Amino acid sequence: MAFALTPEREQQVDDVLTRYPERRAALLPVLWLCQRQNGWISPDVVGYVAERLELSTSIVKGVVTFYTMFFDEPVGENVVWVCRTLSCDLRGGKAIQERLESKLGCTAGHTSSDGKFTLLKAECLAACGQAPMVQINDYYFENLDLELLDRIIDAHAVKGGEAAAAEFSTFATFRAPTGGDGGSRGSVSSAPPPPSPEAVRLASQPPPPADEKGDES
Amino acid sequence: MSAPTKPLLTSRFGIDESWKLANAERAGAYRIARQALTSRKPADLKNEVKNANIRGRGGAGFPAGVKWGFLNKKEGEEIYLVINADESEPGTFKDRSIMDLDPHRLIEGAIISCFAIDAHVAYIYVRGELAFSIGRLEQAIADARQAGYLGERPFGIDHAIEVYVHSGAGAYICGEETALLNSLEGRRGEPRLKPPFPAVKGAFGMPTIVNNVETIASVPDIVEMGGDAWSSLSRLPLDGGIRIYGVSGHVKNPGLFEAPVGITMRELIEDYAGGMLGDRPLKAVIPGGSSTPVLDPRRKVDAPAEAHPLHKWHGQSEIDVPMGVDTYRALGTMLGTCCAIVMDDTVNMVEACRNLMRFYKHESCGQCTPCREGTGWLVDVLDNLCEGRGKVEDVELLVDISNNMMGNTICAFADGTAMPMLGMVQKFRDEFMEAATRGVPEGVRHDESVRAMVEGRA
Ligand SMILES: Cc1cc2nc3c(=O)[nH]c(=O)nc-3n(C[C@H](O)[C@H](O)[C@H](O)COP(=O)(O)O)c2cc1C
Ligand code: FES
Repeated sequence: MAFALTPEREQQVDDVLTRYPERRAALLPVLWLCQRQNGWISPDVVGYVAERLELSTSIVKGVVTFYTMFFDEPVGENVVWVCRTLSCDLRGGKAIQERLESKLGCTAGHTSSDGKFTLLKAECLAACGQAPMVQINDYYFENLDLELLDRIIDAHAVKGGEAAAAEFSTFATFRAPTGGDGGSRGSVSSAPPPPSPEAVRLASQPPPPADEKGDES
Repeated sequence: MSAPTKPLLTSRFGIDESWKLANAERAGAYRIARQALTSRKPADLKNEVKNANIRGRGGAGFPAGVKWGFLNKKEGEEIYLVINADESEPGTFKDRSIMDLDPHRLIEGAIISCFAIDAHVAYIYVRGELAFSIGRLEQAIADARQAGYLGERPFGIDHAIEVYVHSGAGAYICGEETALLNSLEGRRGEPRLKPPFPAVKGAFGMPTIVNNVETIASVPDIVEMGGDAWSSLSRLPLDGGIRIYGVSGHVKNPGLFEAPVGITMRELIEDYAGGMLGDRPLKAVIPGGSSTPVLDPRRKVDAPAEAHPLHKWHGQSEIDVPMGVDTYRALGTMLGTCCAIVMDDTVNMVEACRNLMRFYKHESCGQCTPCREGTGWLVDVLDNLCEGRGKVEDVELLVDISNNMMGNTICAFADGTAMPMLGMVQKFRDEFMEAATRGVPEGVRHDESVRAMVEGRA
């Protein structure tokens, strides 16, 4: 069956087209709109996009395969990206991946047998100061430990992605410099979302020396 | 401990719901844009940016004022501003904070910059993973437009300005400015040959200025204070102002900190980031994203000649040299994105190196043979070394491969792979030799010193 966008999304395509002097520039935004509706870039989607933007299907396919976030095969209900680049690995990224693999029952690159999760390895996701972290669907979950990770995955399985994100996801948040914040990691799991006060600790001046030194180790 | 400074770039990060227009405006947002557009001349604003000596915050450290000066618009041409929010260099996580916490500062910077360089459209290219930041920026743009700060007549003047967000879709190389332009135009994100440089022929074949998020977000403060005054906030010459420093890895307080240009790595780690996690010894620090060669605190600056730019720090540790674009270049590394990755003495450098080289192998766009093949080969050799299948000659092989990658490709990706690889071998050769004869000891993991914490045993 041929793919079609919903009328609202068609409207968005029209709007996107006004933003660029060339029609082709709408390719990435339109692919995003399609993937959000369809879950992945199926051959039908490629056909639709090619026609809508007056491009050949091979050009569209060539672009789809270049970018890791466009899926050219179906994925699970939730896509979990576990960051394994250096800053995350220094803070336990490997342990996070191992826990995900045992919990979901599949290795990275695969989908759980119930179809609820696809697990993928990610390269640095620009959240290195809040390592270790995972991205699930559109949201970031940072400053993880195994216990918090379990709760996040369970919430996705039981309540679905949006509800889980509302409860646990993090975004860059200011935390005024305070004394003795050397060991605040442990409180992450109980931080009220959003905003999680632990997500980014941005101090515009050096924090006063910590009262309790080394209580993280 | 360095003296605290009044926050500028991050001054609104702490206010309640700082991303909302009304809250940002109450704290001063758009005041400078209004004044600049209604009462100042574009040439005058360009001059402030030039005098500010602001070095690009995206990694290469090129002076923004000089770049803007390359524009030379011809009949029938349209100038574009493209803001680079691809933020994908491993270890780097600063631009996201600006987009999430003060999107209006970025938009205000974009408005002033567009007016100054005679552009009518700015595209903010954001990496696709940052869907949350994209949503926040889009809302902020819609609100600014509604308020009359964008559109046909921003602040009532006759110079239309539109700002659009363009989402990437997962590819580190799209941070490279010409790859970014291809991606913006709906193509595969493969870098273009330079020249022509974007300022001559960029987006849609038109003259284009590509600047990093933090560079553009600094423009309002520069215009408000005046370029000279802003520049003099720095501790270094010709590298002006304040910037956002990031620290990740084995420190007590990983995070982002605003500070003058020219603090030292030691200050950053000890005074800002709270010192080493568990008070373990600092082994190595990658100063400004994974493409910048590693620093070794045991190493001393060797600059006996008085004419040497680092003579002042002769005999001091590498981490006591002020962090600046030129000082770090003189030190044989790069300031890059100014986001440091800190490693304690539990880290095996061959393993750490393998982690990063896997990144480059995964992200090479594959256009140029030395890069595509070289990155793969480096990973193969490092795999052999780590897994006990290596030979002593492999260490020289790493050096050879790296040397053959440098300068032989369309873009700087290959150099950004080879330079840190060479730095690792140069500074931690013993460890590579040890791996070549014995492999990396079983059980060595980068997260040794934090494992208990992650596993909830601490
Ligand atoms: C492989 C590679 C990746 C890059 N990634 C980024 C990036 O994510 N963000 C960025 O601002 N600049 C990045 N750059 C630098 C840009 O090419 C360009 O120099 C910069 O956006 C210019 O802005 P600035 O002068 O304000 O720093 C990258 C360069 C290379 C070679
Ligand atoms: S290394 Fe994981 S977010 Fe940067």
